Amino acid sequence: MQPDRLPGVNPSKTQAQAIHEALDLCMSRDDNVIVVGEGVPDPKGIFGTTSGLMEKYGPNRVFDMPLSENGMTGICIGASLSGMRPVMVHQRIEFALLAMDQIINNAAKWNYMFAGQNTVPLVIRMIIGRGWGQGPQHSQSLQSLFSHIPGLKVVMPVTAHDAKGMLISAIEDDNPVIFIEHRWLHAVTGEVSPAYYRVPLDKANVVRHGQHITVAAYSYMVLEALQAAEVLAKHDIDVEVIDMRSARPVDIAPVLASIKNTGNLVVADTGHITHGIAAEVITQVVEQGFHDLQHPPVRISSPDYPVPTTHYAANDYYPEAVDIAKAVLQMIDNNVRVNEAAVVSDLQHIGAKDVPNPQFRGPF
Amino acid sequence: MNSNSHLFELYASMLRIRRVEEALADRYQEQQMRCPMHLCIGQEAIAVGVCRDLKKSDHVFGNHRAHGHYLAKGGDLNRMIAELYGRDSGCCQGRGGSMHLIDQAVGFMGSTPIVGGTVPLAVGSAWAASLKNTARVTVVFFGDGCFEEGVVHESLNFAALNKLPVIFVCENNGYSVYTPLNKRQPEREIHSVVKAHGIPVFAGNGNNVVEVADAATAALNEVRHGKGPQFLEFKTHRWREHCGPDYDDELGYRQPGELAYWQSQCPLEQVKQSLLASNSTSPEALLSLEDNLSREIQHAFEFALNSQTPTLDSMASTVYAA
Repeated sequence: MQPDRLPGVNPSKTQAQAIHEALDLCMSRDDNVIVVGEGVPDPKGIFGTTSGLMEKYGPNRVFDMPLSENGMTGICIGASLSGMRPVMVHQRIEFALLAMDQIINNAAKWNYMFAGQNTVPLVIRMIIGRGWGQGPQHSQSLQSLFSHIPGLKVVMPVTAHDAKGMLISAIEDDNPVIFIEHRWLHAVTGEVSPAYYRVPLDKANVVRHGQHITVAAYSYMVLEALQAAEVLAKHDIDVEVIDMRSARPVDIAPVLASIKNTGNLVVADTGHITHGIAAEVITQVVEQGFHDLQHPPVRISSPDYPVPTTHYAANDYYPEAVDIAKAVLQMIDNNVRVNEAAVVSDLQHIGAKDVPNPQFRGPF
Repeated sequence: MNSNSHLFELYASMLRIRRVEEALADRYQEQQMRCPMHLCIGQEAIAVGVCRDLKKSDHVFGNHRAHGHYLAKGGDLNRMIAELYGRDSGCCQGRGGSMHLIDQAVGFMGSTPIVGGTVPLAVGSAWAASLKNTARVTVVFFGDGCFEEGVVHESLNFAALNKLPVIFVCENNGYSVYTPLNKRQPEREIHSVVKAHGIPVFAGNGNNVVEVADAATAALNEVRHGKGPQFLEFKTHRWREHCGPDYDDELGYRQPGELAYWQSQCPLEQVKQSLLASNSTSPEALLSLEDNLSREIQHAFEFALNSQTPTLDSMASTVYAA
């Protein structure tokens, strides 16, 4: 893939290129790293993230696979018990549902149930997303399903830099890691060092400092939160944005530190609202930082019904920057008399809503 | 042909499994082994025969009914009994119980109770051996019920596609809990379906330990020569209840006379008579074998009961690898 260069923007890499670099570096350093998935060596190469790897590392390390998600997950687990470090890829997170038995009963539990005698160093990349009529079975955000399971790590990188560093950490990790990529983030650009570097799997990151309110966000919602923060700043509302990065474990310390200062919390996630990962963040904050809160925390998440395919309806389905901004305005003491209509007007999504927001191309 | 000394070893190995499980059954009502327990009494010949020519470095995976698999591969008896008693010295330090056994030092890689759960793991182990050019064969034991799981067919397909060094061993005991095979699968042989996957198959009498061992050795030779996966189906019968220490023929789910027939086909008794008839052993030698086993088993129970009991605080430590 060629870098996605925009006029006036320094050369930088897309998240897809960053993921490709991480795979390439890990494969070149460790012969035990193999990449497996439906479409991995095909002409599209999983949105470019695996393009050319088979040509470089050979068909003994880069595999397409039979349409046997549960079996292949078990086979990768068995290989990992014998020293391999497989990276599996599912182009849609829904395909991994066929493998829930192997993921939950074997991968997540092997180290525990055999008292640490063997480990499952397995990375399963799962791609979530939205748009273009992907509909009820091709665009879900099922991170909370996996995040419920002890023994799994569940991460959701946002920036290209983090995607590379966190994938390297995931491949080096001796535990099964569910590595959730948002398809719309694949095209987002950012500065990415060519070096082999790690970003921890269990550390949230404050990506914008602010005094009035904390927005803790996951995955694509981090970009929505940043856009909301930018517009709110014009109205003297100072939003702190935390990229949570990991759904299991939840790194709650930066959120607690932030609300000590701001007293207000909005949590934004791409998944369904009920039993979602935003609920876990809020629960931990209420348990550990209740007295720092000035207002009840609010969740911004997808509604409790599947996304319809038709773009006429789907356009209004997904939570966006404007929803975060409205929640912020409703929560904080509004001394400055912000004109909500002006904020909303500034945040109106430009163009079609079933394709990635062109304002979110980066660099981030 | 097997020499008679080999036959005696096979007998001793089967008898050890039988006596261990009988002791487990006797002590189960004390309610100190507080976990589900699936006995393989009546099926011992398959585990023993298949493991005869395996090397320590070869891998074996088992299922919920795995005492025989574990012991036949050389798994440590003390640690198995301690595991059933939930002690620190158990092979899973009490996290697993009877349905989760492991002894990697002898290549017993693990048994778990989700039906079909370990079949792809065995294929993965074979895949790793193939990718790394390691001369290791992997064997997986499973039952006729397991053959109804989709993951088994996914595993067979991948093993055949990549000619992996794996031997699938189907212990067909005719029942899934209380449900007979003909209520669950159509009228065709299990191995005939496997043949359609392009895998060489063998079907035989699972109560004849020599037949089992010879079939396994032939399969091993094929696998070791790069011929890809092999499938062995052995018919047998479990004598006791699906789960627990007792007989349950009074429930009436077996055909009348079925249990009696299979008991007349006892895998141990046949070998014992043959050893005695050929003067390959003596009643005294058999008594001595029984005495030794009795002492070993007694010692294993003492080891278990004298072991530390774990506490909950130790349990969270292995949720994640360090």
